[in-house]
Formats: sequence, structure tokens, C-alpha cells
Amino acid sequence: MIEILRAGPLTTVQDLGRPGWRDRGLSLCGALDEFALQAGNLLVGNPPGAAGLEFTLGPATLRFHADACIAVTGTDADASLDGRPLRPWWRQRVGAGQTLKLAAPRERMRSYVAIAGGLDLPPALGSLSTDLKGGFGGLDGRALRDGDRLPLKPSPALPARTVGMRPPEWTPVVRALPGPEHEDFTTAAREAFWATDWAVTPQSNRMGYRLAGTVLERERGEELASHGVLPGVVQVPPSGQPIALLADAQTTGGYPKIAVVIRADLWKLGQLRLGARLRFVPFTPADALAALREQRLLLDQIRMAL
Amino acid sequence: MTTLSVHALGEAALCCTLPAPLSLEQQQRVWQLASSLADRAGVQELIPGMNNLTLVFDPLRTEPTELEAAVQALWAKPLRRQQAGRLVEIPVTYDGPDLGDVASHCGLSADEVVRRHTQGQYVVYFIGFQPGFAYLGGLDEALHTPRRAEPRVAVPAGSVGIGGAQTGIYPLATPGGWQLIGRTSLALFDPHATPPTLLAPGDLVRFVAASE
Repeated sequence: MIEILRAGPLTTVQDLGRPGWRDRGLSLCGALDEFALQAGNLLVGNPPGAAGLEFTLGPATLRFHADACIAVTGTDADASLDGRPLRPWWRQRVGAGQTLKLAAPRERMRSYVAIAGGLDLPPALGSLSTDLKGGFGGLDGRALRDGDRLPLKPSPALPARTVGMRPPEWTPVVRALPGPEHEDFTTAAREAFWATDWAVTPQSNRMGYRLAGTVLERERGEELASHGVLPGVVQVPPSGQPIALLADAQTTGGYPKIAVVIRADLWKLGQLRLGARLRFVPFTPADALAALREQRLLLDQIRMAL
Repeated sequence: MTTLSVHALGEAALCCTLPAPLSLEQQQRVWQLASSLADRAGVQELIPGMNNLTLVFDPLRTEPTELEAAVQALWAKPLRRQQAGRLVEIPVTYDGPDLGDVASHCGLSADEVVRRHTQGQYVVYFIGFQPGFAYLGGLDEALHTPRRAEPRVAVPAGSVGIGGAQTGIYPLATPGGWQLIGRTSLALFDPHATPPTLLAPGDLVRFVAASE
């Protein structure tokens, strides 16, 4: 069992989300840096999509009431175990009674703790992800609070050697494909979208980042009928200030979509900090697929190396 | 036949849209297209919208151009005779805080608003916005009422409202601007049930006035 001594600003149980119910209005949810969660799981011998803990901007303290094997991934939060620095992106043994501390990260947004065996919580509709808006999944459908206790599944026997990996390189530059309504925007708007910086405003959350920058105007202005949207879609409401949708986004929307962030870069988007600046780079579908293949290959390599 | 335009929505989804005007027959063809694609390898999710369909697929298993060709081939098939949708009756206690405002906006008595609201047969066009939130077609024109000037900070789950030409039920507590005319005790969304929502696209809905 893990006891949450200090939960931090927004700590939730997340796996890779709850696909399959979007035609019923259920958001996908899931880890915003899905690469970090998957890598952490592989490091501790879990299936890549097992549920772990997602921390937002630290600082948090957890006490382990049983021996465990963990990996801390995502952004570097100066993790320490009983006051001794703990190497991020490495498999670590934790003894019963030990305390894991995460500090406020100096850059980026989210850190992950994967635990061998996984959390012993009841899945909702096939997933342990917390749906904050719907109020279900994870632990009672809410962010963790001080004093919460999370039961653990029995940890499988792991080889004693410690293993780890180099964290992937993060930049505030995400690659994206033009969206279905890209050509509806004025030439000036299209140029500004791809060539200028966008600031992540404080009115942002797990549903989406509201961005601030040049006002993007449309050439053609007819309203769109409500349609399905996905994490990574960049939509532009009448204010001309784009919204980049994230994992908790609602399933349908009505704004024109200027771009869609490629799947392989969704984790980079999810790691942007409020106030950070972001740049979109145009990409092609073929290159997007190659990038996705490369990312899957990297995860396969971690699995095979262990 | 209406032309279906198919656009890539990133590398892992297609957006299939129909030109205006919206119609129930087009929407029935959207549901038919969704169900005929459901078992296709690599297809992960089919999300009907208002006269459109978003299709999510695994791009490492499915070639988008092949998928698009399959979508167009299926779209060319005629509409099978629709089995009448499942009829769902929703008991409503018509005591909403805005019932009086709706009545005076429409120039009707509150009883007449209730009578007309319960007389309609509604169709679930699609689900969105919240888990189990149904976009219903079929509201009597005499009941169309603009949204409230000041949205409520919290609308309780189960509230039945009118917003413009739409009527619907809020599955979860949420901020909202619709005119609230009543409430139902039925759960529109239950994460412990499979399926988790009371309503699905294509269902028919009737509101039944519940006695206290």
C-alpha cells in the first residue's frame, strides 16, 4: 500500500485512457505524457499501459507500506528516497516504510511514478484513468488528497540488477499536420500559426491548452456542425486564439481545426508548462507515421533490453 | 446521392462530413456507415456528430487511403430500411426554475409547455459534450427559447432543459445556460454499467410527466 502524505497540486491515477466509448460522450483521459508512463512501466516489468501516478508540478510525498519496485519518469522532480537522491528513469527498489519525495520540477510539467505489479483499484469501463470531469475512474474519480491510501498488487519477482534509460529529449516544438479547415484561414493567419510563438495561458487544464498569440482570422466563416474531436486537435474559436486539445477534452466540438499535433509529439505538448511558449512545425502524414513507428520501436527496445 | 467528403484529422483519424442542410435521413446513413465500419480491422472508434462521422484508426495497422476507399464504397450503399430506434421513456418532474420564463417567452401556459414537451417524439442524433449527453432533434418550434443571459454556475445532474431549438438532459452536474424546465431521476450516465449511458445514437426519446 502507498500512503499519500502530500498529494501536491494535481496528482491522479492514469493509464493510457479509456478508448471505445467516445460515441457515448466519454473523454479519452489517460497520461498526458504517455511515453513517460509507458517507459516507467516497462522499466518495472509492467505492461506499458498499466496505471501509474501522474504528478503535476510536484511537490509530493508518498510513503510505501510494503516493499516495491518503482520508476520515476517524466520531468525531473529531484526525486529522493528517505532524503537520498533517486535516479530518474531507472528501476529502483523501495523498502516498506520508506518515503518518496518529489520536488517542484524546474522545467516542464508532469512526472510519473510506475510501480511493479500496479495499483489494485477497480477499473471503470476497462481503464483505471481518472476522469475528473465525469467524476469516475482512478481513486473515486478524483485527484488524490493528503492521507489517501492506494492498495498495490503483488509485485512480480524482478531481477536484482538496476536498469534505466536516458530520458527522451523534450523541446517546446511540436510537429503537426494541417487540420481539415486549415485552408479556411487567411494566408496571414496560416503563416502566423506556423511561424510565431504561442503562449500557454493560465486558463488551461487537462482538457486543453488555451493559447495566446496572433489573432487567427478565417476567410470563410460558416459555422460547422458539431463533430468528433481528439487530443492533439488545435481548434480556433471565434476569438482567434487557438485551443490545443488534451486527453480530457470533450468528445465533440464545433470550432474549425487548423492543425492536429502528431501522435508521437502529444507527450511534448502535455509537458508544456503554463506560461511556456510553443511553436508548431508543419509535418507530413508519412513523416508522422515514421515518427510514431520510431517511438513504438523505442518502447520495444526498452522491453527487450530488460 | 449526397457527396461525403473525407478529410484527414491528423494521421490517425478521418473526418467524414456531409454538406448542409442537416437531415434525419442523412443522419441515419451516418449511423449505418458507423455500424458497417465497426468490425473493420484497425478501426478503433466511430464518433457520430451532427451529419458527420469521425473515425479513429491505428495508422500502423491501416492504410488511410484504403480506409477512405472503404468508407466511400460503404457510403454508396443505399440506406437499409431503418429498424425503428429503441424507444426510451424518460419520466420528468416538470418543476424547473425556468418553466415560467419559458412559458412567458413562448406565450403559453406552463401546462401547455409541459403538454407540448411530452407530446414530441425525439431522436438522439449523437452523444457529446458530456458522457451520455444526447443531442435530440424534434423539439416543437413553439417551445424554442434562447439560452439564459446568465449561465448557471451549477446545473444539477438530471436537469431537463431547453436551449434554443434543442432540448436535452444534463447527465452530470455542470455549468450551463439552458432554460431548466424539469428534472428526471433516471441516471443518464453510470460508469459502472455497460454500456455506461442510457441513450445511444438512433434512440427515440419520449418525455413522460411524472407525478410527484
